[in-house]
Amino acid sequence: MQTITTLQAVYHSLEQLMDPEIPVLNVLELGMITDVKVDIEGVHIKMIPTFAACPAIDLIKENIKNAVEKDLQMPAFVSVDKEVNWNSNRLTAEAKEKLRDFGIAPPGRHEGDVNLDMLVKVNCPHCGSENTYLRSPFGSTLCRAMHFCKQCGMMFEQFKPLS
Amino acid sequence: MQIQQALQELITKMADDELVIGHRNSEWTGLGPVMEEDIAFSSMAQDKIGHALALYRLLEEHFGGTDPDQFAFLRNAADFRCCHFVEMPIGSYEFSLMRHFLFDHAETVRYQALALSKFAPFQHLAGKAKGELKYHTLHADAWIIQLCTAGKDSRERMQAALDNSFQLAGGIFEPGPAEELLIAEEIYPGESALYKQWLSHISPVMEKAGLVLPEMTAPVYGGRTGKHTPYLQQLLNEMGEVFRLDPEATW
Repeated sequence: MQTITTLQAVYHSLEQLMDPEIPVLNVLELGMITDVKVDIEGVHIKMIPTFAACPAIDLIKENIKNAVEKDLQMPAFVSVDKEVNWNSNRLTAEAKEKLRDFGIAPPGRHEGDVNLDMLVKVNCPHCGSENTYLRSPFGSTLCRAMHFCKQCGMMFEQFKPLS
Repeated sequence: MQIQQALQELITKMADDELVIGHRNSEWTGLGPVMEEDIAFSSMAQDKIGHALALYRLLEEHFGGTDPDQFAFLRNAADFRCCHFVEMPIGSYEFSLMRHFLFDHAETVRYQALALSKFAPFQHLAGKAKGELKYHTLHADAWIIQLCTAGKDSRERMQAALDNSFQLAGGIFEPGPAEELLIAEEIYPGESALYKQWLSHISPVMEKAGLVLPEMTAPVYGGRTGKHTPYLQQLLNEMGEVFRLDPEATW
């Protein structure tokens, strides 16, 4: 019982923790947390980066540790999970909705492999039009690509699908 | 040579290729011909250096290697196992673009093979890297086709870039010491198998672009045994300049 209450408190704490580069999504919605365990030493959290070279990873690790230790008043140990690779299907449906509201087109769901169509055919998050083109597969962060909407004339970013 | 040693050689050459091409890509930051290209080369640099770090960590964790930062920044050119192709200065944009195209397809076939490796840590790393590489080859293919079909001058410059790069690109596939041990253990398929797969990956794009594939007559070998162009030591001096001021500093 004690453990269940503690676990709930950990998840509550993680829900408040936003990604530094996408401040509308918390680390759970991004699918970055792979395991949470509580034992007599404290809370053990495993997490994964979206892209291998994500420069925010150390900052996120530290933010998680600080937030959980502050909220639960017990030691927290955060490590990178080497068993699991992040892929864009780990984004929850709520996360995709929030991304769109934030002006970033969410990645479509893939079946284990990302095909060219998924990268190129993206609806504009502003006006919903399909009349868009991929301007560059690289954007302001590793996880984003740049697109242009011919309908409303806006540049927009897409959170890249990743297998 | 023992299998462990052959495996370390393989990881080291892959990691050194990634680190050095990553550094070269980063030299386009602020200099790209258009803003999107500036961002693309900078982003690809970040991916490459991330892959290098993951590979150096394998050496550290599975083979008792040194700390990745120390290993990356404190070795001299003769201790590096990268191929000459990645050492060459960025040169013209068309050379850098052609190198990116040839190198990233080579990396793609390598990671596709390693995703099936009997050495389990490769499977995990390759799974991650090959997903990310899709964006690199998508970028390279699009620009190669675009520039090769954009008029006579443009096409000639791209063909010249290919002619100047091709033997160097052959150096990516310089056979490693005792690689038959790794092939027998199904750790990886060996360089000549990867070379054939690479050709089958780049040929359709070249055809679409109207590029004439040169003969591989004299692949530039030497990098895998520590023989390098003078460009590498210059690059290493610059890359490690700040790190060597205080190797114990924490960032």
